[in-house]
Amino acid sequence: MKASPLDGEQALRLLATMWRIRLFEERVGQLKRADDVHGLVHLSTGQEGVAAAVCSQLRDDDPVYSGHRAHGHAIAKGAPLDRLMAELMGRDGGLCRGLGGSMHVVDVEHGFMGATGVVGGNIPIALGSALAARRLGRDSVAVVFFGDGAVQAGQFNETVNLATLWRLPLILVCENNGFAEFTPRSAHTNVERVSDVVAPYDVERDTVDGNDVVAVWDAFGRYLASARGGRGPFLLECLTYRLGGHYEGDPGKYREALAAADWQAKDPILRLQRHGIAQGWFAADVLPALESEAAEAVEQAVRFGRESPFPPVELIEAMVYADA
Amino acid sequence: MAHELPYIAAIDEAITLEMQRDDTVLYFGQNMATTENEPYVDAFGKDRVRVTPISETAEIGMAVGAALAGFRPVVELYMAEFMLVAMDQVLNEAPRFRSMSGGQVKVPLVLKAGYGFTAGWAGQHTGTISSLFMGVPGLKVVVPSTAADAKGLMATAIRDDNPVVYLHHYLLTLEHGEVPDGEYLVPFGQAAIRREGGDVTIVATGWMVDRALGAAERLAAEGIQAEVIDPRTLAPLDTQTILESVDKTGRLVLVDQATRHASVASVIAGEVAEYGFSSLKAPIVQVTALDATIPYSEPLEAWVLPNEDKIVAAVQQVLGTAPVTA
Repeated sequence: MKASPLDGEQALRLLATMWRIRLFEERVGQLKRADDVHGLVHLSTGQEGVAAAVCSQLRDDDPVYSGHRAHGHAIAKGAPLDRLMAELMGRDGGLCRGLGGSMHVVDVEHGFMGATGVVGGNIPIALGSALAARRLGRDSVAVVFFGDGAVQAGQFNETVNLATLWRLPLILVCENNGFAEFTPRSAHTNVERVSDVVAPYDVERDTVDGNDVVAVWDAFGRYLASARGGRGPFLLECLTYRLGGHYEGDPGKYREALAAADWQAKDPILRLQRHGIAQGWFAADVLPALESEAAEAVEQAVRFGRESPFPPVELIEAMVYADA
Repeated sequence: MAHELPYIAAIDEAITLEMQRDDTVLYFGQNMATTENEPYVDAFGKDRVRVTPISETAEIGMAVGAALAGFRPVVELYMAEFMLVAMDQVLNEAPRFRSMSGGQVKVPLVLKAGYGFTAGWAGQHTGTISSLFMGVPGLKVVVPSTAADAKGLMATAIRDDNPVVYLHHYLLTLEHGEVPDGEYLVPFGQAAIRREGGDVTIVATGWMVDRALGAAERLAAEGIQAEVIDPRTLAPLDTQTILESVDKTGRLVLVDQATRHASVASVIAGEVAEYGFSSLKAPIVQVTALDATIPYSEPLEAWVLPNEDKIVAAVQQVLGTAPVTA
């Protein structure tokens, strides 16, 4: 199987996905401040390009895992906005019936196998998905998103070792935003590039500009085509930028805010829009509709969430064991 | 029909039968399948039986991922303490996944580990740390004390749709017992009454069951009939059988190789104090290990553990027949 280059139709699809993530998360931030979203949320504003370029190339039977900053990955993988919003609002209509919340979103139907609140906690679980795919003789590919902070954790290193030893169809996608929670990368490791960390294992790897959607699309597409053919693992490091804080409400005293002009240059949505127009893929006048359609879908999701009841207390004990 | 087997072989018999019966059962762990002659590799091949690096976190995490995809992995951990290396997977990933997903997934896997090897293995290999697992919703915890239960509980663990911590006692490894032939399942959450008696209830698990039965024989010589109950699974815990026995005897001695403040004994004591208080004719007595790291030195190792003498003394105490000491 060969990777297909990004074209105008795909680019519009990616833009629509990125707008849905951007506006969904902005709305979640507002709802959090109004206490309609009850718990801790971590937003990915600025990093949408990686989620869209990776997940848009996957199928429902490709299991995807993410960390605590997971809304974008879930949306890009196909999670419905209304049920995701209801989940963040703790409602029965949520993807996990309100029992998981932002840090534990799971949408099995679309192959989104979950976020985790423990940095790096599900990297070895993705390894198990890859092992299962191999054993079942399927061409599905396991993908796990994690930040640069997870790379210093043991789970990452144990997983890379086993995935390379057994050559499993696993693609490790690191969103390197330069901050492990509140701490810059330079304060916790001497290895600047995540792709260098795995060098001794001879993992096929690359570092790309994660806010350049075309670059992420191409690099991931190549790895995906190889993994479908039974090869692996691969590591794709995407250098990106987290526009907001570690969590919603983070005062962000540990870094300087980006100047507006610099953000205009980095924003993955604006960049892909400029690129598409320059390539002659689409005219500028088709773009506002993408944003307004996304805004409408987000408002619909908020209405769905508000109308959904809180889950019944009987659910709590019923969910503890599979045979309950 | 039954046959005689050592406890450890009974566990192997269950795993082998389940692997024959169900192609989705996988078995992996360190030092397994390192030669071509291993019986598991011979029977099931290196795809289902895998040797892993010393990477407990990856082993258990991988089991979770495979379980999500429909497999039933058994992870060979050897020592319960080695699970401590991977506590995020054991306590915070595997057992919570189902609940946090609102019931979208199930995670059937078995974490097989030995415990309680108080034979000079010193501080890091001898603990009875079962209470770390029994308090975690979503995990089941199994502590077989006989060869037959070792087989029947392992088969049930493999067929269970939840993560199960299967703790076999190292000092029982070569203890022989009658084991039923063929398919044999012991249900979870059903205590076994190992000895009937009307004067006092003794609850004990694992290696402590035989100590309790030994104490009961000595007490019988004094005319005291002890009922000895083995819960067999700590989660789910069959408190009903214990409460019924206490209702009959009015007296309860809890024997546990775990440290006093992290024991199933303290959990049972709480349940009986709350739900069986009116049956009690005397305060509950717990015979546990001291709240100490198991010492290496042999007489000190013996000192911290429960034994027959301590159980006999505890029973005499709850019966008010303890010899008066000056």
